[in-house]
Amino acid sequence: MTDYVSTLSIDIGLIGPELALLIAAAVILLLIFTRKADRFATAIGLIGLVVSMVLTVRQWDVKVGGFSGMVTVDQFAVLFKLLFAVASGLTLLLAERYFHAKHIARPEFTALLLVSTMGMMVMAGTTDLIVIFLGLEIMSVPLYVMAGFNRRSLESNESGIKYFIMGAFATGFLLMGIALIYGASETTDLRRIVTDFSYIATNAKLFLFTGAALMMVGFGFKVGAVPFHSWIPDVYQGAPTPVTAFFSVAPKAAGFAALLRIFAYGLKDLGALSDVWWILAVLTMTVGNILALRQENVKRMLAYSSIAHAGYMLVALAVGGADAASAVIFYLIGYTLFNLGGFTVVALLETRAGSRADFSEMAGLSKAHPYLTATLALFMFSLSGFPPTVGFFGKFYLFSAAVKGGFIWLTVIGVMNSFVSVYYYLRVVKVSYFDQIEGRFVPAPLSAGVLFVLIVTAVGTLGFGLFPDNVLEIARRAIQAFA
Amino acid sequence: MVYYLALAALLFAIGLFGVMTRRNAIGILMSLELMFNAANINFVAFNQYLGGNGMAGQLFALFVVVVAAAEATVGLAIVLLIYRNWRGVDADNVSIMKW
Repeated sequence: MTDYVSTLSIDIGLIGPELALLIAAAVILLLIFTRKADRFATAIGLIGLVVSMVLTVRQWDVKVGGFSGMVTVDQFAVLFKLLFAVASGLTLLLAERYFHAKHIARPEFTALLLVSTMGMMVMAGTTDLIVIFLGLEIMSVPLYVMAGFNRRSLESNESGIKYFIMGAFATGFLLMGIALIYGASETTDLRRIVTDFSYIATNAKLFLFTGAALMMVGFGFKVGAVPFHSWIPDVYQGAPTPVTAFFSVAPKAAGFAALLRIFAYGLKDLGALSDVWWILAVLTMTVGNILALRQENVKRMLAYSSIAHAGYMLVALAVGGADAASAVIFYLIGYTLFNLGGFTVVALLETRAGSRADFSEMAGLSKAHPYLTATLALFMFSLSGFPPTVGFFGKFYLFSAAVKGGFIWLTVIGVMNSFVSVYYYLRVVKVSYFDQIEGRFVPAPLSAGVLFVLIVTAVGTLGFGLFPDNVLEIARRAIQAFA
Repeated sequence: MVYYLALAALLFAIGLFGVMTRRNAIGILMSLELMFNAANINFVAFNQYLGGNGMAGQLFALFVVVVAAAEATVGLAIVLLIYRNWRGVDADNVSIMKW
């Protein structure tokens, strides 16, 4: 038997970013007993996130494993960790204003957000299926609570229970998949699965395929691929809007980080999976876009739009290879910015009393808030993929990788879907610029935090759109670190 | 070995069926536990069968037990909240949003 104690390699420095978040969350939870947490929670959370980001950036040139191969620090992990931390920080700034306006501000929210972010970081920074699973759960369990955070709102309750049941259901599939892969390959470490691939006996290959399929179902639920998407609209609409903003970007990015590690690296030689991803991608983008067309609620429309975007990103998994993988990372970076931005505007409008974030409420927005409407339009143009926004280049790189890989039909369907999506994104712009309202538009007060979020996301959406090469280069290096 | 795998597959299927057909939220929670534990049986059985190769499977099963407990706690808390606000735990009634 292996002597585990002597092979344990504990290097606390490797998990610095995660520890920073954990400590910040613990401090907040302890402060709750002194009843001073209300004032300091957001500040402590932001400090924790900034420390975490600094520690993450310093790991950029490191490529090591630790904790007996359970933790891997490479550029792929660093890039995703930064993305999670940024998304989490922006959500925190956005949430403070919103939660106070809705009278549901509680310091626990910050702690939950930090722990969830930590889970995502754990998930991105490993090649071991056990740790991916643990990270996924550390991420998900706080998210269930966050979805139902508005305890008195029936919609929020419904969102919480639906997300919980669907999330746990997906976890069940994932676990069974990991169990079967473990049975076939005798290991849970993706690096060893890669090398041991040809030695797996024929009858064990059946386990491998079944396991991979079950994991696909599990992650399909998590990233919201059709036909596993049914929970997304209800959960997104019912949850408090800053939480929805977070849901639509961070767990999705974490899901794709794990998908890339598992399917673009660990199991990349399982050729037949490409066809399954092909079908999933086409279904996801088409169903997402078509159902988004008929929504009257902006939040619900953005929920379906996030399904469609997951569909575009799944194209990369069907195509496979380094080009597609770096394109999907680029897409995720851009998507995080402009989707968070779009939800920020919606959340801001929703802080007005009695608002339900329907399309009709946006009428007359441009007269009351000209600059806000311009940023909203920018996000919508980016979501639908107009140049020179980052949304255009995300789709451009993704589809050019698909063409290069010989997936012509997939590209055609993807581009057609983008055209369909223009209709509902531009409807937001049209309503807010041209529709008339009776009476006076009730303005929504901006706060410094929300303003900061808007500036960061808008500058990112435009800036990364003007200089896409630099970002793509970073994504490329992240993918190279993989192998 | 085959018996263990068959048992696990059966448990998984029962859990899956339960989640899809149960109307009571507590019933759904129980079915979810069945699915988790089906995977656990697989882990432990594979670990025993493969032998000599460390204890990854058994350790994984332990992790799953811990995670399942955490999930159940949060799940029951949410169900309790639903019970207070809706006066019942029938999952089908908890649907006020429509597309």
